[in-house]
Amino acid sequence: MAGRFELLSEQGLRLDGRRPHELRHIKCKMGVFEQPDGSAYMEQGNTKVLAAVYGPHQAKGKKTETNDVIINCQYSQATFSTSERKNRPRGDRKSQEFKMYLQQALSAAIKSELYPRSQIDVYVEVLQADGANYAVSLNAATLALIDAGICLNEFVVACTASLSKSNIPLTDISNIEEVSGGPKLTVAALPTAEKIAFLEMSERFHIDHLETVIETAMAGCREIRDILEAAVKEHLIHIGSAADWGRVC
Amino acid sequence: MQTLREFTRKTKRGNILKIVREHYLRDDIGCGSDICQHCFQNDVYALTADHDLQSSLFKYPHYLVLDTNVVLDQIDVLEEDVLRNVIILTTVLNEVKHKSSSIYKRINEIIHDRRRNFYVFVNEHHKDTYADREPDETANDRNDRAIRIATKWYDNHLKSSQVSKSFQRSGRQVTRVVLLTDDAGNRAKAEAEDILVATASEYVKSLSDHPLLADKLSHKTFANEKQALPQYPPHLSLREILEGLKQKKLLQGSFQASRENYLEGNVNVEQYEKGILIQGRESLNRAVDGDIVAIELLPQSEWSAPSEIVLEEKNVYADDLPSEERTEEEKVMLQQVRAAAVVDAERTPTGRIVGIVRRKWRQYCGILQPSLIEDTSRHIFVPADRKIPRIRIETRQAATLQNQRIIVTIDNWPRNSRYPHGHFVRSLGPLGDMNTENEVILLEHDVPHCKFSEEVLSFLPKMPWTITPEDYAKRVDLRDLYICSVDPPGCTDIDDALHCRELENGNLEVGVHIADVSHFIRPGNALDKEAAARGTTVYLVGKRIDMVPELLSSNLCSLVGGVERFAFSCVWEMDKEANIIKKRFHKSVIKSKRAMTYEEAQVLIDDSTQDNEIAKSLRHLNRLAKILKKRRMDNGALVLASPEIRFQVDSETHEPLEVEVKQLRDTNSMVEEFMLLANISVAEHIAAEFSECAVLRRHPKPPTTNFDPLIKAARYQGFEIETETGLSLSHSLDKCVKADNPYFNTMIRILTTRCMMQAVYFISGSLQKEEFFHYGLAAPIYTHFTSPIRRYSDIMVHRLLAASIGADSTYAQLLERKSNEELCHNLNYRHKMAQYAGRASVGLNTHLFFRGKEEDEEGYVLFVRKNALQVLIPKYGLEGTLYLKTDKDGKDGHERAKSTVVFTFSEEDHTQRCGNVVFHSFDPVTVRLSLDSSNVQHEKLVFRLVKPYIKGFSVETGSESAADVAAPPPTKKTKKNQKKK
Repeated sequence: MAGRFELLSEQGLRLDGRRPHELRHIKCKMGVFEQPDGSAYMEQGNTKVLAAVYGPHQAKGKKTETNDVIINCQYSQATFSTSERKNRPRGDRKSQEFKMYLQQALSAAIKSELYPRSQIDVYVEVLQADGANYAVSLNAATLALIDAGICLNEFVVACTASLSKSNIPLTDISNIEEVSGGPKLTVAALPTAEKIAFLEMSERFHIDHLETVIETAMAGCREIRDILEAAVKEHLIHIGSAADWGRVC
Repeated sequence: MQTLREFTRKTKRGNILKIVREHYLRDDIGCGSDICQHCFQNDVYALTADHDLQSSLFKYPHYLVLDTNVVLDQIDVLEEDVLRNVIILTTVLNEVKHKSSSIYKRINEIIHDRRRNFYVFVNEHHKDTYADREPDETANDRNDRAIRIATKWYDNHLKSSQVSKSFQRSGRQVTRVVLLTDDAGNRAKAEAEDILVATASEYVKSLSDHPLLADKLSHKTFANEKQALPQYPPHLSLREILEGLKQKKLLQGSFQASRENYLEGNVNVEQYEKGILIQGRESLNRAVDGDIVAIELLPQSEWSAPSEIVLEEKNVYADDLPSEERTEEEKVMLQQVRAAAVVDAERTPTGRIVGIVRRKWRQYCGILQPSLIEDTSRHIFVPADRKIPRIRIETRQAATLQNQRIIVTIDNWPRNSRYPHGHFVRSLGPLGDMNTENEVILLEHDVPHCKFSEEVLSFLPKMPWTITPEDYAKRVDLRDLYICSVDPPGCTDIDDALHCRELENGNLEVGVHIADVSHFIRPGNALDKEAAARGTTVYLVGKRIDMVPELLSSNLCSLVGGVERFAFSCVWEMDKEANIIKKRFHKSVIKSKRAMTYEEAQVLIDDSTQDNEIAKSLRHLNRLAKILKKRRMDNGALVLASPEIRFQVDSETHEPLEVEVKQLRDTNSMVEEFMLLANISVAEHIAAEFSECAVLRRHPKPPTTNFDPLIKAARYQGFEIETETGLSLSHSLDKCVKADNPYFNTMIRILTTRCMMQAVYFISGSLQKEEFFHYGLAAPIYTHFTSPIRRYSDIMVHRLLAASIGADSTYAQLLERKSNEELCHNLNYRHKMAQYAGRASVGLNTHLFFRGKEEDEEGYVLFVRKNALQVLIPKYGLEGTLYLKTDKDGKDGHERAKSTVVFTFSEEDHTQRCGNVVFHSFDPVTVRLSLDSSNVQHEKLVFRLVKPYIKGFSVETGSESAADVAAPPPTKKTKKNQKKK
C-alpha cells in the first residue's frame, strides 16, 4: 500500500483514462508476411507484436524420437521497443522465460496428436513494449498459428489484471501501471473450455482478492477471444472471397 | 477515442528519454449538473440549479471553476461553508497534488462533503475538453488553456440545456459558469475568449452576505509596502539551489528556530553532528521553523557560538516601518556574541540561509497583538509557539478577536516585509478558557480531536448489546474464574484484568485478560481507519481524547467488574518460582469479579484477615511479580524515574485544585510485571508466526555520547557511571546513594531517563533480529498487547495473534509489510505527539495552579550552569531556571551593577560560589515560585532563591524593596504570604 501509486482515480478512471474493466484498443492483422506459413501483427494499445509460424515440418535430429509435436518458440524484443534502448534483443533471462511460457500455453491449444514427429516454430518479435508483453505475444502467436492452418483446440488468449489500492481489479495492465508497483497477474486461458493454460503472478495476492482478479483476467480473455474471432472471420472473408468463401461465414 | 501523449524526461543517469503514453478520451463523462439534459450521469447530481449566493459581480446563478492558484492560495476561503456549486477540473487537481500534498488533502475533504456541491470534472479525458500541448507551449500555459477550454465548454454545454421552451417558460435565470483565477495573464486571455472571469478576492468581496469571508483571503501584497525597502537578501531560485547542492557549495537541512533567541536558529545538516548555527536576521533570511532550507557555510573566521542570551522580540506595531535603531540594536547584539565567541573558543560552524527548498508552513495558534490605532484592519499576530515569528494579518473583526485565541496561516514573506504575511483562519475561543487552552494544545500537537463522524459511529455495535450463543461457542468460558482488574482511581477504560489460581499439580495458572477490542473494530471500516489515524488516546489533565468512541472505550470493551465481557486471554502455567511451563492464547468470555484501584488491591493483600479467593489470587500474583521483577533486573533492565504528578481538577471549572505526586505501590509494579510478561510472550509468538509483518516495539541502545552529561554530573559527586551495557548501567545507578540526600538516587535516574532514545514501533521484516532489542526492559523482543482500548498498535497485535491461533481471519493489509510500516510510522508520530501534548497540559495546569499564588518549595539543583541553576521541585515534578546573572540588555542589568552579589562559576567542579555559599549539583535549596503574567501569551513561572540566604540576592522576607535581580517583580503578592514571613 505504501509507496504504491494509486492506479485508479476517485472518479473511477485509470491513469490513461480507461475504466477498470476496459481493455486497451486492439488492432490485429493476419497474413502480414509471405515467407512464413502463418503470420500476424497485433497491437494492444502501444504494445505491438509481430508473430510468424513455420510448420508443421519434420522435426530435426534427436527430436524425431518422440511421438509428440515439438513446439519451438522464440521470443525477442526489438532494441527500439522500450524508451531506454535494450542491449540484447533475445537470449536474456526474461526472453528465455517468456519463451518457455509461450511453449506451455501453446501446447495446451495445439492438437498435438495430429502432428506426430513434427515441429512447429513460432517466432515472436515485440516491436514496441508498453505492458502485458507476454499476453500480447501469445495472442499474436495464436493468430499466426490460425493463419498457418494449424489445428487448435480453441483460441488460446492471454490477459493481465491488477488490483488498485481500493481493491478494485483492473484489466489489461499498461506499462505505467506495471511500473507503478501494482501487483500483476497474467492468465493464459482457453476461454470456451474455461481452462487456464498458464498463470503467473508478480507478487502475492491476498486469498480474498485472488479469485476476483483471476475472474477479471478471464473476462478480459473472453473479450479478447471475441475480438480475435471477429478478426479471423473477417480475414477469411477477405482472402476467401475469390473462392466464394464469403457466403460460408 | 484515443490519443497519444508524448513527453521527454531525464533519467537519473542524465539520459533524455522520450516517453509515449496512451491517453484515452471518453464520451461518457458527465458534467454533474442537474440542469443538463445531455449527459449520461451515473452519479448523484453534484451541481444544482439552486443558487442562493448573492454576488454583486454576477447577478445570476452561476457555477465556479477554480484555477490552480485559487485552490492553492485560498483554501481557507474554500473550507468555509459558503461557496457552493464549484467545478474542480482534474487539471487543477493534479497540479495541486503536485504542488502541495496537504492542500490536496484538504480540497479532497471538501469535495467529499456532499453538502458543499463540489464536482470533479475529468476534463483531461473528456473528448471535448482535452487540450493537446502545442509546440513551444509550456506545461503551465497548456494547463491554463485546458482550464479555459473546460470553462468555455461548460458554459456552452449548460446553455444548450437551457434554451428549450419549457425552460424559458419557467422564468428561471440562465445558469452561467464563472472562472476564478488570480493569474493576470490567464484572466486576460479568458476575457478575450468571452469567458466570465474574476479574481478570487474580487469575487469574495462581491459576496454581500458574507463580509467576513474576506478576512480569510490570502494576500500576495500589502498595499502600503510597495515603496518599502527590501530588508532581506533575495532567495536563490530552486534551480540555483539544486546546482549549488550538487556542487557542494550549499548545504540542505531543516531549520529549527531557537526558542530563546528570535535571532538565532539551527539547521540540521547530515554531515554536521550538531547542526549549523544561523545568527542574525539577515542570515535567517525569512526561514520559519521547520522549513527545509539551503544554507551557505561562512568562512571559519566568521564562525560564532550560540549566544546563551534569552532574547525576546519587543512589541512592534503593524504600521511601524523598520527603524534604524532596531537594526542597530541587533547589530550590537551580534557583535557582542561574536566577540564573546572568540573568547570562548566554542565556535561552531555558522552559516546563512540563501534559499528555501520547501516551506513547512502550517496553521499557527496565537493571539492578536493589541493595536495602537483604532479602526485599522492591519494587525500583528503573536503565535503561541515562540519559535514562530509574528505574522501580519488583515482583519476587520479585530475588536472581537482581541481576547480570543485564533488560528492564522502564513501566505508569503516578501523581501521588504519584516514579518510574514498571513490571514485569519478561525477563532478557537476566549483567552484563558480551559477549553480554548486545551484546544490550543491539541492543535499545536496535531492531535485529531474532532467528534467521531456519523459514518464512524455507524460501525459501532447496536445497543443493547448482548452476547449470543455463537459467541460463547467460539470462546473459552472463563466466567467462573476469580478475575479482577487493578487500575488507577477514576479509570473508566479498563483494558486488562488478571487471575491466578492453584492447579492440582501444584503449579499456578496465571492469566492476563485483555479487552477484545479487535472483535468490535473490524479491519478496513471507517471506525478502524479513524482509530488508526488517531493512533492513541491522548490524556490531558481532566480530559481524555479517545481513540475509539466512548461506547467502546468505557463500556463494551472496558472490563468493568461484575459484567460479562469479551477478552483476549494469555494464560501461563507457572511453577512457584515463576518459570513458565506452558503458555496459551485464546479468546474468552470473562466476568471480572471486582475492579479495584491500586490502593484497594494493596489493602487487600496486606490485610491478613482477608482470605477470599481474590485476596489469595492477588497474593500469589504479587509474589510471582516480585520474582519476575528481580529476574528482569538481573538481566539489566533499568529502573528509570521521571517526576510524575496528578492534578486534582475541579469538576465544574476544570481548574486544578491540588497537586499530588503519583504514588507507586507494590500493586503498580505487580500489574506492570504481568503486562510486560504478556507483551513479551505475545511478541515472541507473533514474530515467529509472521516473520515479515509483525508489529513489534524496540528501544535502541543510546549512543555513548548521550550519557556524557550524566557521567559528568555523577563524577562531580564522586560516582562513576558505567554505560557499557544495560546491566552495568543498572548496577552503577544502584550504587549512587548518598546518605544525606535521599532524593539523590532519583535525580540521577531522572538524568538517565533523559539520555535514553525513544522506543519505537517497527515491522519485524524491516530489521535484523538483533535490532529487535528493547534496551530499557532488557528484553530481546517486545510489543504492545495489553492496552488495545487506548493504543492502535495493540489492536494490530491482537489481529495478528488472532489470525495465528485461528480465532480470526487474516485480511490483505494485515500481511502487507509496506502498509504496516506506514502505519507504524504514524503510530510513532502520534505517540510522540500525545506525550508532548500531555506534558504541555501538565505545564498549563501548573501555571493555572500558581495563578495568584506564591509558594516556597523545597527543591534540588539539577544542573549548575554558567549563569543559572536548573532547579527541580519534586512536589510538582517541575523544573525551572534560577537565573544568577541577568540578560545583558535587560533593564535589570543596571540594578545589578549596583548590587554587590557576584557569583563565580567554577569550570572545574561545576559549582557557583557567592561569598561562602556554594551551589553544587544535587544540593537542596528552597525557592519561591510565582507566576509572571506580564506577558499574556507566555506566562512563566519564576523561581527565586529563599534558602540558602544570600544577602541582596535571596528573597527578603516581607520587604518589597528586595533587590530582585533574577526576575521581573511578581505581579501579585498575597497577604497570606506576607504574614507567613
